[in-house]
Amino acid sequence: MALQIVETCVNCWACEPVCPSKAIFEASPHFRIDAKKCTECEGDHADAQCASICPIEGAILDAFGEAMNPPGSLTGIPPERMAAAMAEIQAR
Amino acid sequence: MELTVLNDDKQDSSAGCSSSGCGGSADQLSHLPEHIRAKVHNHPCYSEEAHHHYARMHVAVAPACNIQCHYCNRKYDCANESRPGVVSELLTPDQAVKKVMAVAANIPQMTVLGIAGPGDPLANPERTFETFRQLTDKAPDIKLCVSTNGLALPAQVEELCKHNIDHVTITINCVDPEIGAQIYPWIFWNNRRIKGRKGAEILIEQQQKGLEMLTERGILVKVNSVMIPGVNDTHLEEVSKVVKAKGAFLHNVMPLIAEAEHGTFFGVMGQRGPTHDELQKLQDACAGDMNMMRHCRQCRADAVGMLGEDRGDEFTMDKVETMEIDYAEAMRARAEYQATIEANLEAQQKQSGERLVALSSIKRAKKETRPVLMAVATSGGGVINQHFGHAKEFLVYEASATDVRFIGHRKVDLYCSGGDTCGDAETTLEKIIATLQGCEAVLCSKIGYEPWEMLESAGIQPNGEHAMEAIEDAVAAVYAEMVEKGLVAPLAVGSVSLQAGA
Repeated sequence: MALQIVETCVNCWACEPVCPSKAIFEASPHFRIDAKKCTECEGDHADAQCASICPIEGAILDAFGEAMNPPGSLTGIPPERMAAAMAEIQAR
Repeated sequence: MELTVLNDDKQDSSAGCSSSGCGGSADQLSHLPEHIRAKVHNHPCYSEEAHHHYARMHVAVAPACNIQCHYCNRKYDCANESRPGVVSELLTPDQAVKKVMAVAANIPQMTVLGIAGPGDPLANPERTFETFRQLTDKAPDIKLCVSTNGLALPAQVEELCKHNIDHVTITINCVDPEIGAQIYPWIFWNNRRIKGRKGAEILIEQQQKGLEMLTERGILVKVNSVMIPGVNDTHLEEVSKVVKAKGAFLHNVMPLIAEAEHGTFFGVMGQRGPTHDELQKLQDACAGDMNMMRHCRQCRADAVGMLGEDRGDEFTMDKVETMEIDYAEAMRARAEYQATIEANLEAQQKQSGERLVALSSIKRAKKETRPVLMAVATSGGGVINQHFGHAKEFLVYEASATDVRFIGHRKVDLYCSGGDTCGDAETTLEKIIATLQGCEAVLCSKIGYEPWEMLESAGIQPNGEHAMEAIEDAVAAVYAEMVEKGLVAPLAVGSVSLQAGA
């Protein structure tokens, strides 16, 4: 059981110091989680620490590959609104 | 004890600026107690006068953040963007110290080093404090500042007091959790993500506690607020009262920066920023006698150089690594350079004293003339020394029968960037004119024929007659001419609307 950081990670360092298992390390192109060390914070905290401080929706996946912070859950921007705004910007 | 250190510092740094404060005619620092004035008089962010002469830099050592603000997006760090939270190159403390030493050796005007992000400095305590530790040792003449959202402040106050830090900036956008919930979607607190009103409540509590703890310990606290129309605009006067009562020495209201392309909540959701007029009114209401921050440029977290300029490109880490620097010699050179600045300032101050007499004679000649806004093109030094077409921003001054007051700055696109872009000149010029709305004159060193005509027909009088003159002197002189020509009718009903719409 381990969490995973994927390519939407922006390398903001927020997760690295809060990991109780020292499982997170800086890597290129983005931070990664050492699956052997990750405990999903069981026994240390009620919530997975990296997923609780990560500001980027979809950057951390659970053991089933599901986003711990799905679109809209952190920014409060409804996904369809975000898509519309991005489409409009690209059309300029 | 830390307090003793601060007391020592205020005696040391009171050199220069001995008489009636360091400002121009507005003398924005004169209301401050002597020990605070001594600390801020050569700080470009706190003194309108100092920002023409002294430089600052930010080092981006603090990437992590413990809260989310609706005006921030950690995804974008574009080199062409100039706003807080944006950086190009994240530094380790060792790299940051090298960079600071390189900049301070090459820009002798440098007095201040700040850590402002790109995340929250106090959410990265090891990196932030390691940088401060080394700098206190290697460049003891440089003032250290830190800017924080306040969440981790109470926990870090003791550690902060151990360093050579005498200014802390806290961004406080509200004291009401209901409003806070509309600005902060979540915070990370005690190992959990806390959303909504509850998160905002904790944040506000920690900010207020941190503010009190710092002022109790004699550390200067500035409060920054982002003005968000319809969210906290009417609330910020209350914030101002609360933070001043708790000892904040000044309150800086900044406009919201929100564009959809920044990907922020406010940007994507179409939240607008304040107009120049709305911002100025709120700043006037909040400033009280603390009208010191109108020149705030909302710098990037890795800005380098004088306020409003960014020389970061000259000091990227690969360039810094190759520089050979004699630290002791660089510090000596800074001290010498800054002593010259102080001497020049004092000489200028004597001159402006004479000008004040001239101004009061205007007052006697024509009572109750209405105030006039004027835009000024300057590249620094407190003088009118920029071609209209080269200005990336205009400083706005208000001249009245009694004084000349700095109001703020307005950013514009370059009118004249040469080459292929000239075809767009007309629309760029229209935008500049729109940006200068409310101003009745624009003072610059030179101006082309075409912009002259367009400005004139838009009711803004171009003026290139005061090149290289001190800004306040020139603005006063132009105002006097306007009074002379009868353009500045006495205050009457209806003239108020002329001033509005700035």
